[in-house]
Amino acid sequence: MANDLGTTHYTTPSDTEVVMARTVGAPRPLVWDVWTNPEHVPHWLTGPDGWLMPVCEIDLRPGGSWRYVWHNPETGGELEVHGAYREVSPPERFVTTESWGPEWPETVNVYEFAEQHGTTAITITAHYPTKAARDAAIATGMADGMAMSYNRLADYLKELR
Amino acid sequence: MATDPLSITFAALADPTRRTILARLMEGPATVKELSEPFEMTGPAISKHLRVLERAGLITRGREAQWRPCLLDAGPLREVTEWAEPYRRFWDASYARLDNYLRDLQAKDENHGE
Repeated sequence: MANDLGTTHYTTPSDTEVVMARTVGAPRPLVWDVWTNPEHVPHWLTGPDGWLMPVCEIDLRPGGSWRYVWHNPETGGELEVHGAYREVSPPERFVTTESWGPEWPETVNVYEFAEQHGTTAITITAHYPTKAARDAAIATGMADGMAMSYNRLADYLKELR
Repeated sequence: MATDPLSITFAALADPTRRTILARLMEGPATVKELSEPFEMTGPAISKHLRVLERAGLITRGREAQWRPCLLDAGPLREVTEWAEPYRRFWDASYARLDNYLRDLQAKDENHGE
């Protein structure tokens, strides 16, 4: 579906799930590599302009852990997220837990990669512990990570004090 | 002190105890006693935090006199949406960068092949 390139689709197939789907113009083994190799990830998974990913630790095996730290040199803002791999099936699927700290519920995220005619459809399904947790996450305006918004909110409030 | 709904929501979220209470309520309703368990705080101190959250509209209280469970109300969090909008763009910005990065990698591969 070449006409789908460049668009991210957010859907909510059940009360406790958020699905984020995106198609990129590259074959699946390459997409798997840039998504799971710490040499590649900090080059692109940095969100809005101004943010960098100085720490990217990936131990890609069931039970292995991962940790990302983002930093914004302009604002001094810092965000950290970590989790553990539950399933690793290259190049099509991995499952991780994702935690933004003790104040927020941990999600279980399923990452799936499907190749079609030289493009790769990426589907991320985030499972929240309850509907209320999912709804609160959506309410913050960020389908994937309510905690990121709230950590930023906490940083922002700290700056204001 | 600002009294618009967004400022009231932010002020309510600015306290780590109150954020922990909200996180607990995301798992389902809870009584004041249950909410106070993780904290070394007196009942009145927890009740004060609950009043702040209730005033901000972030929680509602059940009507039963004996058992007044607290419930999360995500409604006011929508007020935060506008402020949090840049973070919705986190993935879109990352994906845009991913598209470019993949293109660069593939171009390099092709050049190596020649």
